[in-house]
Amino acid sequence: MNRPALRAARRPRLGDAALWLATGLATLLVLAVLVVILVDVIRHGTPRLTLGFLTQAPKDGMMAGGIFPAIFGTVALVLLMTLAALPAGVATAIYLHEYADPTALPTRLVRIAVNNLAGVPSIVFGLFGLGFFVQFAGGTIDKLFFGGEKFYGQPALVWAALTMAILTLPVVIVATEEALSAVPSDVRMASAALGATKFQTITRVVLPQAVPGILTGGILAVSRGAGEVAPLLFTGAAYFLPKLPHTLHDQFMQLGYHVYVLATQSPDVDATRPLLYATVLVLLALTFALNASAVFVRSRMRKRIASRA
Amino acid sequence: MTAPRQFAQESPLPVAASAIIAPSSPDVTELVHRPRRAARLRSRRPPLVERVVEKLIHILAYSAVAAIILIFIFIAKEAWPLLTSDEIHREVTLGKMWFIQQWPGYDAPEHVWQPVSEFPKYGVWPLLVGTLKVTLVSMLVAVPLAIAAAVFVSQYASQRVREIVKPAIEFLAGIPSVVLGFFALIVMASWFQDVFGFDSRLNAIVAGVALSFAVIPVIFTVCEEALGAVPRSYVEASVALGAARWQTITKVVLPAAAPGIAASIALGLGRAFGETMIVLMASGNAAILSWNPAESVRTLSATIAAELAEVVFGGPHYTVLFALAVLLFLITFGINFVGDFTITRMKRRMGVAS
Repeated sequence: MNRPALRAARRPRLGDAALWLATGLATLLVLAVLVVILVDVIRHGTPRLTLGFLTQAPKDGMMAGGIFPAIFGTVALVLLMTLAALPAGVATAIYLHEYADPTALPTRLVRIAVNNLAGVPSIVFGLFGLGFFVQFAGGTIDKLFFGGEKFYGQPALVWAALTMAILTLPVVIVATEEALSAVPSDVRMASAALGATKFQTITRVVLPQAVPGILTGGILAVSRGAGEVAPLLFTGAAYFLPKLPHTLHDQFMQLGYHVYVLATQSPDVDATRPLLYATVLVLLALTFALNASAVFVRSRMRKRIASRA
Repeated sequence: MTAPRQFAQESPLPVAASAIIAPSSPDVTELVHRPRRAARLRSRRPPLVERVVEKLIHILAYSAVAAIILIFIFIAKEAWPLLTSDEIHREVTLGKMWFIQQWPGYDAPEHVWQPVSEFPKYGVWPLLVGTLKVTLVSMLVAVPLAIAAAVFVSQYASQRVREIVKPAIEFLAGIPSVVLGFFALIVMASWFQDVFGFDSRLNAIVAGVALSFAVIPVIFTVCEEALGAVPRSYVEASVALGAARWQTITKVVLPAAAPGIAASIALGLGRAFGETMIVLMASGNAAILSWNPAESVRTLSATIAAELAEVVFGGPHYTVLFALAVLLFLITFGINFVGDFTITRMKRRMGVAS
């Protein structure tokens, strides 16, 4: 019996088992983090989650009542944000993918900017929103149209939405570009061969096929925008407002910011805890629903492309 | 007789072909000799609306460039008086921020961050060390876990397992940072204190571990993509040489994907360095200059978030906070730039290799 050969044959299998086990455990641990957070939030959050909680305003110094103004503010914020981020993001992606020469300096510049914009810390966006939108843009509008009276030169819904739009711009660009590159080039050539201009090809052939991808980008941006808090700290979010925002220059409540306020500024932590958990549950449910629909739309798009190829 | 017959047999095709080409041949020569006129013949100029919209697309495409430049300009603008204004120099200078100072009432020179006091002190080292401490803890947790998970998913996992794990980690990435901060503050801090018996409930370890939950998906995603981009031929060659799966992974796949893995770590580092809400809620926010990770810390980003709301516009404190933001911006910009550069280079190399 040749023992060394046998050992040599066994050792790799042991090494494989060890590596499989180590990496598998790491994967499990990462998944466990997700599960633990979800279980904890759902277990403590559901008892307080009633219809009234979703439809009422906070009461008694935010120790009772609901979170309706925060939900309303979040929805208003992401809608306005999408109005700004989607056109700019889609246009950038179209330019990068359909028009630009990928090796030219301006194109590379745009790409570097997009990548780095995605990495700018969210608190820096907040300071930028304060310096550029609130003070510079808002101050200028007030000077020109309101005789210096403060309407837009203060933290407001519109400035928070625009700040958030810049933050989510890279998300839209990356998703749209992915969608555009999934459209086969044969289709573009066929369209051009029929005499369509480049613009006609893009608007009538390429874009309709890329809609699911653009939608994915939009949803992911909304999900990101609904959860970010740091950019709102100085651009428009408020602790507590008795009434809903009804103009663009009003302040607003927001779910994420509400979580931050309840968790850190409450005079009685134990009393607010059920409310806090329920608010976190709503915020998590919202972002998860958005992310899940983005994953769903994207996987359907990928399957359609795979089946066509 | 044979020669003409051959000619006759061969001739129909060339003759017919030339007959078909003939009517259009003037156009062909025109295409060659007068490209301008040919272009006009081929397609009319697109209508005005199209040209206007196309122009608009080109302009909008620079919105990201404009954004990043404006961000830097407007933050730097607010921080600028720190270098030029005499009024601010009476309270703080760049030197006083970076070099050790002897403060009234202190026995020895010290780095102190205490902007709201009789003698406002703006020593940035406690904040910088705090940021580094939290970032280090988060990277120590996130890097091994995320890379190992990426190896498992890309090398060992079946298609079905992959379809569960990848969306799950995307969901982890989708958890808002304020929720991670909440979880660290309300739940994790108590668990950690029970297990490790920390003196201060909120500290660099709690904040760092919570921060790693935000960093893991970043590293995992980029890393998994890098591992997946390693050409199949590398793996096949290794297996053909008799290497076991684990030998192929550790000696062939991982080295080949090394630039991508390095880039993923850089991007994760950028995220960790600039993250605000998690550290603001879970770090304890005490500006203590110490390397002990079990003590409360205050980071650059949390300092800005916590203090800017209460400062006088344009005052020394306000200016210093914007200067901290410039510092944060430049550091993360540098880290991300290196990360992206590495990814682009690796993609180009892999594209050639496969």
